[in-house]
Amino acid sequence: MSPSLVFLAIAALAVFGFFLGRRRVLAMEGTRIRASIHSLPSYYGYYMALWCIVPAAAVMALWFVVEPTIIEGLVLSAMPESYRAMSANQLTLVMADIRNFAYGNAGTRTPDPAIADAVRNYHGLHETGAWIVSIVGACLGVAGFAIGFWRINPQMRARNRVERFAIVVMIIASTIAVLTTVGIVGSLVFESMRFFTKYPVFDFLFGTQWSPQTAIRADQVGSSGAFGFIPLFTGSLLITVIAMFVAVPIGLLSAIYMSDYASPRLRSVAKPVLEVLAGIPTVVYGFFAALTVAPFVRDAGSAMGLDVASESALAAGVVMGIMIVPFVSSLADDVIHAVPQSLRHGAYGLGSTKSETIRQVVLPAALPGIVAAVMLAISRAIGETMIVAMAAGLAANLTFNPFAAVTTVTVQIASLLVGDQEFDSPKTLSAFALGLVLFVITLCLNIIALAVVRKYREKYD
Amino acid sequence: MLATDTQTAAAPHAAHGKRVKMKATEVEVYYSEKRALNKINLDVREHEVTALIGPSGCGKSTFLRTMNRMNDVIDGCRMAGKILLDQQDIYDPNIDVVQLRARVGMVFQKPNPFPKSIYDNVAYGPRIHGLVRSREETDAVVQKSLERAGLWKEVKDRLHEGGTSLSGGQQQRLCIARAIAVDPEVILMDEPCSALDPIATAKIEELIDELRTNYTIVIVTHSMQQAARVSQRTAFFHLGDLVEVGDTAQIFTNPNDERTQGYITGRFG
Repeated sequence: MSPSLVFLAIAALAVFGFFLGRRRVLAMEGTRIRASIHSLPSYYGYYMALWCIVPAAAVMALWFVVEPTIIEGLVLSAMPESYRAMSANQLTLVMADIRNFAYGNAGTRTPDPAIADAVRNYHGLHETGAWIVSIVGACLGVAGFAIGFWRINPQMRARNRVERFAIVVMIIASTIAVLTTVGIVGSLVFESMRFFTKYPVFDFLFGTQWSPQTAIRADQVGSSGAFGFIPLFTGSLLITVIAMFVAVPIGLLSAIYMSDYASPRLRSVAKPVLEVLAGIPTVVYGFFAALTVAPFVRDAGSAMGLDVASESALAAGVVMGIMIVPFVSSLADDVIHAVPQSLRHGAYGLGSTKSETIRQVVLPAALPGIVAAVMLAISRAIGETMIVAMAAGLAANLTFNPFAAVTTVTVQIASLLVGDQEFDSPKTLSAFALGLVLFVITLCLNIIALAVVRKYREKYD
Repeated sequence: MLATDTQTAAAPHAAHGKRVKMKATEVEVYYSEKRALNKINLDVREHEVTALIGPSGCGKSTFLRTMNRMNDVIDGCRMAGKILLDQQDIYDPNIDVVQLRARVGMVFQKPNPFPKSIYDNVAYGPRIHGLVRSREETDAVVQKSLERAGLWKEVKDRLHEGGTSLSGGQQQRLCIARAIAVDPEVILMDEPCSALDPIATAKIEELIDELRTNYTIVIVTHSMQQAARVSQRTAFFHLGDLVEVGDTAQIFTNPNDERTQGYITGRFG
């Protein structure tokens, strides 16, 4: 008997409970004179189904969360003394070994006798656990069914109870979302702390050298590692600024054209086409940047007598700008379109031309939305990795020259964590610190954007 | 009772003469293929309030919008016939629609102040038409317009607050101030009181009567009492036709057409 089968059975019972509950309350109403049902009959059905499935499902879910810890604890305590004296890291390895043997992932190796015993023990415990949880789940399901059945009567406020349950579910969902965020930020902060114990905060934030190569073995001749954040930050900034110089004018002007000048037919074609741009994977933009735009920029530059690296911030920034155009144009088009027609008519009625109307009435009214769109685009640009990695390179040059190769925070995070890494060297830990700083920067941008939007928001009614 | 009121109010202005300010000849308007107006002939006399009344969908707002070419901005709207402003056809290709709208201003059904300060709302028109050169001139125009719209006392200490922060009636008077700031000759009003409460309505009606001395006004209204109170001439529209036009007193006491009679006595509409 497997827990999943039991769960299916309980679910079926819950469905049955739904119909039974509905019918029961109707039947009860029929037996009394002038009695009336508080809620719609289906609420009694839901009430019964929820009683049937929720406690059972909760207990079973809880079991699957805690099962590994319990079983591993039990297996370990049954193993010989020598194993129990091991360090935590070694024990993790032993447990992984046991699990591999237990699930047949260990290939043709033959286990040690002690391990073999543990594997048998593990199997046994696992099976017992499954039995227990199945039986407990089944009992809870049936018990819930019975409780629901007993409690149903026409005076019971089933709608209120079912809806309260729905509220609880929503609260749980939002709690999960919030906790996930908190957890991610927490792990960033925690790992960054570890990094800062190995490398001074001040040197990280204000250092102008970035070369994360560290010696892995003591006898290795390698660079000592320098983790100065500044070159990465200027790289990100440079590329983002270039991208914005491309994306904001193109996006905004095309949005204005589409919302106020284009015929509805053209708009209905052009807008989806522009949005297709947003659907192109960034890696495709990346090789477009690396293979087409970067050589073009280099050749054009050398034709003008400029010294342009074959991987340049300009190429990456321009392509990134094009990638962002649909965000700006689509969002800005929506907000411009949302400016009430009555405002436009008011301006026309005073004798404004179309461009005066747009510049002096429509755009100011749409400004909060446009700012929000641009801020969103900036966050996208700062977070973008692939295009920069392919088109701008990995060289952490501290420069504002758009023709030089630069690198960005995100690209460095990616390259730090690609491949086999040990997770306690400053090199890998620095990725978390970079992530943390990046997070703080985007957070500040969002706060600024929110403040701008709130300051200039106008109500039309 | 109402009729005698308007008659006595109209009498002094007879001195202005009955010069025709705007003249519509055989005006027809089509939305796509649907005809909304049927050969309308109507004279609008200078320094008078002309009220356009009629049941919903009768074409009175459409007609009003032909008078400053606001229908131009509506897709699929087509117009035939002639409208003269001081003997000049406003649909002539040589006419600049921007200048036309500076001469024939408009106030809309729902107050639609721009999301700018009160001051900038009023200054907007004079600025785009280059009527003001200095800060002082702008200040003067803003003050004069707000005074004429009867709003100056209420807002003079808060000129730099948003126009949308005013109450509905104040917003509508702000829109009137905005319209008169460009010093138009004709003001078109499309049900200017339909979104307002009775007190705000009374203020606007009073204002309309005052504005008549300086401007020619055409007002679309759903309220027959309003037409009787503020207008000197009334035109009754029905199903795209101009059924009857005449002195307000005559229309409301002794209409020639049976349909007018039916509408003003509330039998339909």
